[in-house]
This record gives sequence, C-alpha cells and structure tokens, in this order.
Amino acid sequence: MVHDHLEEFSDMEFDVLKELSNIGAGNATTAISTMMNLKVNMNIPVIKFLEFKELAEVIGGAENIVVGILLGLQSDLDGMMMFLMDRSSAIGVINTILTNNGAPAMAPDADFGEMDLSVLQELGNIIAGAYLSAISTLTNLTITATVPSLAVDMAGAILSVPAIEYGKVSDKALLIQSEFNEEDLKVDGYFILIPTLESFDKIFSALGM
Amino acid sequence: MVNMIKVGMADLNTCKTPDAITTLGLGSCIGVVLYDPRKKICGMVHVMLPDSTATKNNENLAKFADTGIKQLILELEKLGVTKSSLSAKIAGGAQMFAFNTNNDMLRVGLRNAEAVRKVLASYNIKILAEDCGANYGRTIEFYPETSELYIKAIGKPLKII
Repeated sequence: MVHDHLEEFSDMEFDVLKELSNIGAGNATTAISTMMNLKVNMNIPVIKFLEFKELAEVIGGAENIVVGILLGLQSDLDGMMMFLMDRSSAIGVINTILTNNGAPAMAPDADFGEMDLSVLQELGNIIAGAYLSAISTLTNLTITATVPSLAVDMAGAILSVPAIEYGKVSDKALLIQSEFNEEDLKVDGYFILIPTLESFDKIFSALGM
Repeated sequence: MVNMIKVGMADLNTCKTPDAITTLGLGSCIGVVLYDPRKKICGMVHVMLPDSTATKNNENLAKFADTGIKQLILELEKLGVTKSSLSAKIAGGAQMFAFNTNNDMLRVGLRNAEAVRKVLASYNIKILAEDCGANYGRTIEFYPETSELYIKAIGKPLKII
C-alpha cells in the first residue's frame, strides 16, 4: 500500500517498524559492547510516535544539551538516521573509552575537545551502522550511509532536523528510546529513523506487506 | 509579574505587554515575530517548512512560512492590530549538521529563511532585525514593551536585536 501520510499506517505496519527498531537497537548494543570491550546490557527499547512538541520533552526539554549524530541514507532507502544521547551519557562514554587508554577523566562541565568529539562520532557511526545493517538484513534492501555529522547543541535545535523531515508527511515522529548500561555507566540513547514515505513503503513491501 | 508565553514547534501565539513570548531551541526552523511597537502587541510563529503547497500534509497552518505568517496576521488583527502597523524580527534557520552535499533535506534552514523573507515582503512587512543561519541552536524571547528580541545560544553571549 502506498501512503500519503504517516498517520495512514496500520497497527500491523507500526508493529513491524517497532520490531525492526528493536532488532536494530539490539544489534547496536552488541556493537557498543565490542567497541568498549565491556559487557553492556540493554533495556527493551521504548518506541513512541510523538508529536513534535513532545519530542524534545522526552530528551529532557528543548534546551537540554544533547549530542546528535546524523547520517544520510542512500541506495534502496532514502532519508536520514539520527542517534542522540544526553550530555552526561556522552561524557560517560568518553571517560570509559579514553581513560582506559590513560587519558584523564573529563569533568561534567567541561567542553568537548577534538578527541572527545571524534570518539562520539565513531560511536555514532558504529551504532548507526549496526542498526542499519540489521534492517538491511531483514528487508534484503541495500542501505548505505554517508559519513556521520555530529552536533552538540540544544535538543530542540538538533531535533528540528528530523522533525522537519517528518513534518513533510506527518505531525509526529517515530522515536526509539534505548538505555544501555554497564556497572558505572548508563547511556540513554535515542534513535530516529527518518526514511522518506517511499522508503517506508519499500520496507513494507520488502517484508511482503 | 511577567508571563513568558511559550510557542512550540509548528505553533503560534500572541502576546501583549508586560508579558513576553518565547520559543526554545530553534534549529533549522525560524522564529518569526510580528509586532506593533505602539500598541505593544506581538505574535510569534515557529515555522518548520517553507511552503505549504509542496506537501500533502498541510493541515497545521503554523508549520509553514506561507500559511503560518498569514494565520499570525489574522490572529493579530483579531486583537485590533492593523497589518500596516506591523514590523518583523526573525531568527533561526541554522544548518545544524555539516554535510558536503547539496541535499535539500539539509539546506532547509536556508530555504526557510528565504521563504519567510519572501512572504513578509508580499505583505509589505519590513524585517527590522534578523539573526539567521550559522550552525547553532537559538532560544529567542521577545518583549513587546521594548520591541527587543533576545537570542540565547550555547556558549555564546546573549544577543539583543
């Protein structure tokens, strides 16, 4: 079925998107585990279809500082994918990775340095890559991603990018909230998959719907 | 006590002095303020997309530059403001992510700013100040008492236009 609006999706189609998200996030957790050489647990992702004004609230309010990593999708699927985490989660990740290599821990109020940003960018790359590869395997669609771009800014401003894309076809956006944790480290991560409507339809038809 | 009236994403509202109006965390969207400096009445719309005719999903008027500004003018007229007494200040339209591409998806901030300028020009409303573009988010507050637009960004000094 070809859709004009996201609101036209059936319950079953939503369930499929949720399941894809679930598997993608699971794959991403395994990738983080490997990257950090830690046993990382993941809570079952919470998948929500949110109004734009609620979107930033979930991530601590429009002015909460977050790290956003954005990749463009090409080949069979067109669109974008974003991975977000709040500032304290990002610092936790940086400290876990860099202090293992002898660097001093980053203070909670410090600015991100070049090395820190590069760690975050790589993390985003690995997470997004693992996530997309799960979707690609399930649907048999070829998905290639552009080099990720990173921004540290207010949640509202970062989220405006996916919200605008969703805005063309909906007044809501699909947000996948996942929590990774290890003994001392808790990472609240959020995925936003932003395919074009045509790409949503491609996913459904690839799965025989 | 001054009330701060909030305008969400793809939303609009009006406000009279001594109250003020704000929208938080503008990225590629544009905050458009229309105000009557004599009556000290203003309105703000948080525009997400340039053109309502380019999409089928256009029920939310505040989402687009063309329909959002039109609707805001109507709301202000209900408060007794005439279109000819209105001036504008605008902010936002950042490119939050740097990509080495001409992908339209990512240049939307720029296109939003262009669309807003064009729509305002079509109503003969002058833009007296603007802070658009660059690559960072903005929180804006407008005080109709003084016609000042406060722009806050992370790691940057407060800017008043």
